[in-house]
This record gives sequence, structure tokens and C-alpha cells, in this order.
Amino acid sequence: MNLTRRGLVAGGMTLALADRILPIRAARADSGTVTIAYNVGLPAWDPTVGPSAVNPTIQAIYQSVFDQYIGQNPDLSFTGGLLEKWGWNDAKTGIWMDVRKGAMWHDGSPVTTDDIIWSLTRAGDPKGGNPIQFIWGNLSNFKADGSRVTADAHGYDPALFKWMAFLTGYVLPKAYFEKVGAEGFEKKPIGSGPYMVDAFERNAFLRLKANPHYWGGKPAIDTVVFKFVTDASARIAEIESGASDVTLEIPYEEFDRLKAKSGLKGVTTPVSDIGMIFITNVEPAMLDANVRHAMVKAVDKKLLVDKLLRGYGIPIDTLEAPQYAAFDADIKTPYDPEGAVKLLAASGYSKDKPVKFTIQTTRGFKPKDYEMIQAIVGMWRKVGIDATIEVYEIAKHYELRAAHKLAPAAFYNWGNSIGDPTTSTGFAMFSHSPHSGWHSDDVDALIGPLWGEADEAKRIAGWKAVDKYIADNALVLPLLQYVQPIIHKAGLNVVPSVSGALLPARITRA
Amino acid sequence: MITRILSRLLQAIPTLAGVAVLVFVLVRVVPGDPVAMMIPPGADADVVARLYAQYGLDKPILTQFVIWAGQALHGDFGMSISLRQGVTGLIFSRLPATLELVAFAATLAVLLGGALAVFGTRYAGRAGEAVVDGLTGFILSVPDFLWGLAFIVGFGVLLPLFPISGRNDPSYSLGLASDFILTESFLRLRWGVTADILAHMTMPAVALALPLAAMIARVLKSSLAEQMAQDYALLSRVKGFSRWHVIVAEALRNAAIPTVSLTGVQVTFLVGGTVLIEKIFSYPGIGSLAIDAVVNRDLPLIQGLILTFAVLFILINLLLDFSYALLDPRLRHG
Repeated sequence: MNLTRRGLVAGGMTLALADRILPIRAARADSGTVTIAYNVGLPAWDPTVGPSAVNPTIQAIYQSVFDQYIGQNPDLSFTGGLLEKWGWNDAKTGIWMDVRKGAMWHDGSPVTTDDIIWSLTRAGDPKGGNPIQFIWGNLSNFKADGSRVTADAHGYDPALFKWMAFLTGYVLPKAYFEKVGAEGFEKKPIGSGPYMVDAFERNAFLRLKANPHYWGGKPAIDTVVFKFVTDASARIAEIESGASDVTLEIPYEEFDRLKAKSGLKGVTTPVSDIGMIFITNVEPAMLDANVRHAMVKAVDKKLLVDKLLRGYGIPIDTLEAPQYAAFDADIKTPYDPEGAVKLLAASGYSKDKPVKFTIQTTRGFKPKDYEMIQAIVGMWRKVGIDATIEVYEIAKHYELRAAHKLAPAAFYNWGNSIGDPTTSTGFAMFSHSPHSGWHSDDVDALIGPLWGEADEAKRIAGWKAVDKYIADNALVLPLLQYVQPIIHKAGLNVVPSVSGALLPARITRA
Repeated sequence: MITRILSRLLQAIPTLAGVAVLVFVLVRVVPGDPVAMMIPPGADADVVARLYAQYGLDKPILTQFVIWAGQALHGDFGMSISLRQGVTGLIFSRLPATLELVAFAATLAVLLGGALAVFGTRYAGRAGEAVVDGLTGFILSVPDFLWGLAFIVGFGVLLPLFPISGRNDPSYSLGLASDFILTESFLRLRWGVTADILAHMTMPAVALALPLAAMIARVLKSSLAEQMAQDYALLSRVKGFSRWHVIVAEALRNAAIPTVSLTGVQVTFLVGGTVLIEKIFSYPGIGSLAIDAVVNRDLPLIQGLILTFAVLFILINLLLDFSYALLDPRLRHG
């Protein structure tokens, strides 16, 4: 064999390159990693302040790193979080909470009553920037006795503990946060959750390592990578190419195609997110009960679900989905186009002389939102309703809704992962809420006393009565409960949650 | 030359001031109230008022502008509403990714466009030129984001040669000091990392580069054709130099000036094109940041980003002016 100078140089270069490239290839082959092509990025780490704290789509990430005061099972039922037990005192003037023993922060220090008190005090501080401060501000005068924390409440709130499993209901490490400050926490966040932050590149990826000391047991998957892939077609490509192991929120037609492919599996679950049409009493036509009832009766929700969403949706008749606490299967608003025609005729409207108004909708914000409104407008046209579609961005919807300037009809989706009626029917229909569409004293009179109702059975019955009243008077047009599609590699088991949170701690090897 | 640079820099100041005013006004008249998007359920009027005050949106627009302009002059573009971080820091952390992507794309475009032009000129009047013309026409008829989607399907899924999203493989830590990870990894001789970053950049960069490459090919080929008809080119040919030699060694430099002018203008569009391309490939630059800022009506971030884009455009044009001088001695000594 002749060894030339050129050959020696080339060989050396090859070896050098191999030495520098191979370690990465080896790292890629790490079988303990599950990569999730996730549909949103993580804007900020503190789950208790700022707009991202109330963004439902990123709660899965927060819940992986941080513990909530109270946890939630996949079916929305409540379970212990960093609180093992909790409750109101007999007089309903204060609360008690038993802090979990043995829970540790990711830096190895124990979770204490101080952390709970500090987190709740900070959340209730009006200057603290917690968007749900109006809930946490209800508590004061915290005291610790052993592992029990007590606090006074300014008023009884039947949903308070449910909020502890909801938006901003997270416990943060007092000592660490005070040591590093808010900016330091953003750079290196620690929690007490099942996963620890290993690497985070904003808008690119988040790499998590399993917490070996997690009080709920070490998660089955050692390393989880959230790849932030906001474009649905790129998420489909990620899973199809094998670059990612799990993805979610893809078009239903793609879900059906992918789940039929070898090596991939699909799982769906109805989630706590509903599609609805706000009816507002800003124009005289909407004050006519016949028109509102006709709007509701003329919509074939099952057809919308079957034809537009390929069956992935559940028609609903109230703002309560079947998993919610105040769901009442007896409340029905059946499809009845003939009835709609008669009602409109009674008010002097017909196909030749239709009632006219504007309906606002987003386009592409939710699956087939615009197409659904187009179909609804077509159904309405057949009975004597001529609605003009106005497309707006979701930001405009929020602006108009807060200013009570929505069009007579406006499509929206409403999430409620704690399933309480206050956070669905309550905030959507109570006129003092900045998120309500219909404003009337009769509805307010029904809802008002329920905010502080201490008898839970009576409270839920009360909300069911409110839902019935709303349905009987056609004050809103509930459409459907959304279904979340998740595609994953066949070698994994993925447990979906009705809350919509895709939790890596619930992913195991098949 | 220094006077010329200073003069151009001074001219940039009113331009930036104009952009700042325009952006400030525009982002406040477009639909969508950032505070309305973050009003929590059950919030009362006090909570809403507090949110407006927290972000300084309760003040008159003129006052808001004065405050913002004063801070901006000190390099402080305020706090991002959606990301709760300083806008300046956010932009500086994401700008390197975009700059490296644009530089890579521009390099690819120049190399590819130049090669096509030279090839088309070499085979002028023959099938080779027709192929180049047909190819550039086809490339130009397809927008960059469509190229991006086609690459995802073609080279991400069907023939998975390149990563589909991100800037680097998330399974390992980079351990680099700066955000110019491509440059730094190369200089530190960590070529495995460099190769990985280049693999992630390839599809977005090629998608961005293709339309520019086609345009460069067309303009440069046309200029080369003119140069090849000049006496000096004919003389070289008569002296016996090959057609390749005359094109590459003699005509190319003279033909480059109009191409440089076009390339400079087009590179500014290329910077704008990153907005969509970065979104499609989940590439963490200022383009994808801009989309998120607009979706969230993050006014301070939108303002900071548009000003950044404006500064980039101005800098590219400045570089362009100076490159003319380097290429054309008449300008250098004029």
C-alpha cells in the first residue's frame, strides 16, 4: 500500500471530522428521549404572571415543571398536588391546606408551608401582575402550623380550590425566587414538578429531564423535548419523518391519514374547549326571541361535526360540556328548521324578507371555524336569516368583546379545564364579566346569588337552572365540544387529558 | 470615503425617525387591543384599568410616544407584553439567527445565481442557455414559502435528508458563548455542531435563496452578454483564451456592478422573507418573533422589530454603496 502525502492529509481530515461529528449522531440515537412537536412556543417561565399565565395551550409545559396546589386527573377530576388535603372551615370564612410532605424542589430543598404562603401572597398582590389576582386576593392572614396552612377569606368562593388546579395556580420556590429574582428565574427556572428544565431555547425547543425525586414517582420517559413547531404542516412533517415522536392539533383529515400509517397511532379525546356563537343584544333584531330561537333551531350541529370535522366533535346544547360539573343532559335545543321558519314568520320574516345581521368569525384560529360559519349562514338562509360574515382576527374579537361591541352574532371558542360553571356559563353570560356577550338583568339575577352559594348541590342545581333559562330564551348558540387529535409513534402510550394538556408525565413506552 | 460614510449615516437618522413615528402610529390604529387579549375571566373594571396602566397604555398617544422615543434613544425599547422581557434583549438574542440565515441564503443565492449566469453565458444561443432561462423562470414563478413547504415534503418527509424545524438538534447542549452559533462553532472547530446547524439551515436558506438566485442569474447573464460583446472580450478570444476564461476572469467583474445593485436590494427583501420562512421552519429568528408579536399585539415588540428591520435595510444599502466603490474605481476616485 502506497501512502501519499495527499492521502495522509485527506485521511487525517476525515478522522478529525468524524471525531467532531460522531458524538452528535450518538446523542441523537438516545432511546430515552421522547420528542413532542408542540403547537405553541413558551413565552415566559413564571406561570403566575403575565399574559402567558392564562394561555391554556402552554399549561402542559408549566404542569411538567411546576406543581399546582391541587392536581387534576385526565378526566378533570381533582387530586392532590402540593396540597394533600384542603377545605373551607365550617363557617366558610377561611380555608385550611395540608402541604404535601416529602415534596422537593428541583434544587433538592424541601417544599415548605413558606412556599405555599409566599406563592399565594404573591398571587394575591394587586401589583404582582397575576392575571387571576381577583381570585387569590380573596385570601389573607396566612398562618402555618406544622404542615397545615390556614388563611382568612374575604368571601366564600365555591370555585377557589378549583382555581388552585387552574390558571396561575402554581407553587413557586420562595427561597430560590428571592435569591435569583424574576429575571434569574426566567433564565433558570426550577419547580417541584415531574420534569426539570435541562435546556431551553426560546421559540425553538425545551429539553426536560425526569425528576428522580418527584413525589409522584419518577416519570417513565427520561428526557422529553418539546419542539416548538407552530405550523401545522411542519408538525405533520415532523411526525411523518420520524423526527418527532408525538404531535397534536393537526387537521382531522391529516389525523385520519397519519393514524392509518404503519408505526403511528392516533388518540383523540373530547377536551374542555367548546365552539359557540355569542348572541349580543346590541341590535333590535336580537331582542326578538323568535329570531334568536330560529337562529338556534336552524343549525344542524351534528351535520357540522360530521361533515366539517369528520365526526371529531360533540354537539352541545349549553355552555357546559358533558365532563363539566353542571352539565345537564336534559337540556336540549334540537335541530328544527321548520320550527325556525314558523318562528321567523311570526315575527314577519321569511326567505323573501329575511332578518339581516352580521356574524363575526375568525378564520383558521380554530379547526374549520370559517367553514363552519359559512355552513351555518347557509342553514340560516334556508329559513329566512340573511347573515353577513365578517372575518376578524382573534385580537379584534377580544377588543370588541371587552368593549361590548361584538356584532349581533360572533363565533368564539371557550375553554374551561376545571369544568366549573362559573368559568363557563358564569363568565360568558354574566353582564358584569368583560367576556360576556348577552347583557340582561334577568340573567344577572339568576347568576348573581350563585357566585357565593355555599351549598354545592344547590349551587350546581342553580347553574343548571341558569343554563336551562339561557337555552329556553336562546341567549347564546352553543355549537360543539372540540376533540383533540394526538398522533404518536406506535411504541408509546399517550394518555390524553380532557383539559387538553398533553402531559409528558403521562407518556410511557408501550 | 469616511466623509461619505458619515454622510450616509447622518442621512439614516431622519429615515429611522420617520420609521419610528410611522410604526408607532400604525401599530396603534390597527385592530386589536393587547390588553383586551389578556383580560382574565371575571376581571372587573379595576383589573382592566390596572392592566392598561401597567403597560403605559392609559396615557395619551403623544405621551406614550415621547416616553417610548426617550427610552428608545437610550437603546431601551421597553418590555415585551407577551414575553415579559426587555425588547432590546429579545431582539439581540434572536437577531444572530436571522443574520446567519440571511448570510447563508445570500451566499447560496450569489453562488447559484452566478453559476447559472456563467453557464448560460457560456452556452449562449444553445440548449444550455434555454435550460438556464427556463429554470430561472420556473424558480421565479414560485414564492419562497412554497419552496419551503415543498422542501419540507420532499427533503423532510419523503427523502428525510434535512431537519424540518429549529436551528440545531435539541438533544445536545451547544455550550457556546454567543448566539452566532454557526460562526462560533466553526471558529471553535466544533464542526459537528457546525454541520448540524448548517443541516437545519439548509432548507430555509435554500427556500429563501432560490428566487434571489434566479434573479441574479438573469441580470448577471444579461450583463455578461453585454460584456462579452465588448472589444476587450473579443480581443481576449482572438488571443486564444477560452470562453470560460474570458467570462470568469475578465467579463464577470465588469458585469457584476448592476448585479451587486440588484442583489443588495433583493437581500433586503430576503430579510423580509425570513418572516414567513422562519415561521414555516420554526426557526428562532426575528422573523418568527415578528409574527408572534403581531398575533399577540405586542406593541413594544412590534415597534422594536420594525425598527430593527429598518436598521438592517439601511445597513445593507450602506454596504451596497461601498461595494460599488470597491468594484468600480471610477466611483472610488470620483
